[in-house]
Amino acid sequence: MSTVLAAPAGTAPAARRGGSPARPGRMVLGILGVALVAWLVINIFLSIAWFPGWYLNNRLLMAVVGILAGLGGAALLFYFANVFAESLPQRLSQGVIPYIFLLPAFGFISLMLLYPTVQTINYSFAGDRSTEYVGFDNYAAIFSSGEFWLAITNNLLWLAIVPAVTVAFGVVVALFADRLPATGEKVAKSLIFLPMAISFVGAATIWRLVYNLDEDTGLLNAIITGLGGTAQDWLRFDTARLNSLLMMVILVWLQVGFAMVLLSGAIKAVPEETLEAARLDGANERQLFFRVIIPQIRGTILTVFITVLILVLKVFDIIYVLTNGQARTNVIAVLFFQELFTAQRAGQASAIVVILLLLVLPVLLYQVRSFREETR
Amino acid sequence: MTAVATPPRAVMGTRRSVTPEGQRRSWVAPLVMVVLCLLWTVPTLGLLVTSLRSREDAATTGWWTAILNPFGAGWTAENYAGALSGQGMAQGFLNSVVVAVPATILPIMLAAFAAYAFTFMEFPGRDLLFVAIVAVMVVPIQVAFQPMLDLLGPNGIGISGQFVAVWLLHTGFGMPLCLYTLRNYMATLPLSVVESAKIDGASHYQTFWRLVAPMSMPAIAAFATLQFLWVWNDLLIAKLFLSPGNATIIVQLQQLLGTQGQGEELLQAGAFISILLPMAVFFALQRFFVRGLTAGSVKG
Repeated sequence: MSTVLAAPAGTAPAARRGGSPARPGRMVLGILGVALVAWLVINIFLSIAWFPGWYLNNRLLMAVVGILAGLGGAALLFYFANVFAESLPQRLSQGVIPYIFLLPAFGFISLMLLYPTVQTINYSFAGDRSTEYVGFDNYAAIFSSGEFWLAITNNLLWLAIVPAVTVAFGVVVALFADRLPATGEKVAKSLIFLPMAISFVGAATIWRLVYNLDEDTGLLNAIITGLGGTAQDWLRFDTARLNSLLMMVILVWLQVGFAMVLLSGAIKAVPEETLEAARLDGANERQLFFRVIIPQIRGTILTVFITVLILVLKVFDIIYVLTNGQARTNVIAVLFFQELFTAQRAGQASAIVVILLLLVLPVLLYQVRSFREETR
Repeated sequence: MTAVATPPRAVMGTRRSVTPEGQRRSWVAPLVMVVLCLLWTVPTLGLLVTSLRSREDAATTGWWTAILNPFGAGWTAENYAGALSGQGMAQGFLNSVVVAVPATILPIMLAAFAAYAFTFMEFPGRDLLFVAIVAVMVVPIQVAFQPMLDLLGPNGIGISGQFVAVWLLHTGFGMPLCLYTLRNYMATLPLSVVESAKIDGASHYQTFWRLVAPMSMPAIAAFATLQFLWVWNDLLIAKLFLSPGNATIIVQLQQLLGTQGQGEELLQAGAFISILLPMAVFFALQRFFVRGLTAGSVKG
């Protein structure tokens, strides 16, 4: 690749910007360079996948080559694209460069997010193997399935509880940590923030030790029998959806740290004068909190709420790992997985994702709207 | 946690001292915080303790008995030895590294160029395209599974199961957040710097490399921390797009969780191993991570 890099520097030393006439030589160089680099990068990545033997089957070597090819390739690609753009007449060049800078990023987004979205909507009207169209049959099938409505109900339950509880805990932690001595605040916040680094699967492993059926080894059952109660198989205990609630605890446990960090920053940024003025007017701590602090951190509360909301809409790992949707705990993302891979019904699985997309849509529109208001 | 503890207008201390009810409330905050901290750490402590006990001990008595009687507990590291050798979790750990590091680095440069264009260039459709980024961030990745399995699988280009497939997917899925985070940060850079570079005759390409990219390092670090944790902890993409030999440690854990009883003691040790690296990254780069959370807290 070094020869490729050396070529343009050697052939066109006098290439300074500013000249407006088109320069066909540089243009050809730019086009050839882009084509060659793209070809090389694609083939390097394909070779890592197809011929691991070339890399001595060494994973670390593949990772290093992947990083170098990706970074070097991107840098060279932009370099040659820039050479091409600058060879154009000035005005055309200024118009083209922004799109050249955007193209690779948007290429990835189109390939990995936009194309699949369209294709999934398309598949949702096709049969189990996506070979023929079946109209609205898939939607009819899922809408008449009890399991689908169970999943929707559970998702709504998660939506109703988890974001609100997470925000509430986040506010409480942020508020009380603010009143601790500096070291205490730092330690407390770090401890509560720490679960953010833990995977859902890791968290499920951790909490299985708490919910364990065995009264000798399960923490919750040990506490309950210690208090004179009887041990339960908590993850199968579906009265009042208790098992779902217990799994929500795990997600709240993971996310409160995130909520606390954002809310703590917002609370500390509340101007002291506003608190002072309220106190002079005779407000007590409760009024101070609800009438002065809360209105001023509303924006942050919404951000946290929406973020957790999006997470909850797609909640998968915890339920998949702990109950696999049994004992009335199923949710949309798990149901989708079961339909696509266990039942091998691609059409219905796609229809479920389309429903998920529709559920996300209001949040998406809200995001876009608030972004537009912000930048206006 | 410097970024958290010292926000712009921190008035800690003063606020406490002027609270009229300060005296009466002073014990409430510490008490609540101690209880919360216990609730937040005890489960993880349980995992650590259990992972250090023998199979028989863990199966017959609760982990807390080992804490209450630390000298008669019979601590052992054999679960860790077992997890790393027998279940191939050393391989899984390595696979996780091979997946996560390139998947963290690859989106950055592509997104940075696009973010530069959004911040420092005027062109038709700019606002519309950026709104598209904001919208796409929320799209659930589940939409991608079937189409991408077709495209990358044996009927497509045949790279599914290999690390390359997962790198590509995470690059695509991480791109909107990366672009969004970087653009928001670049928008806070002084425009005059870029303007003066332009007057000096520097092209956009040169301005990007010499000025904007180095100045954007904090935002790049913020995104990188977030993306690393996200990719490392991911179950779905790794499970669907990696062959068994390339499985990450998270996928291995999920499989162990599925086989009830079998290898139970290895599970705890393996889970703790899987937590170690993200935890270290998290502590080392916490400052950037917090900034990343604050900057772009919404991801699909």
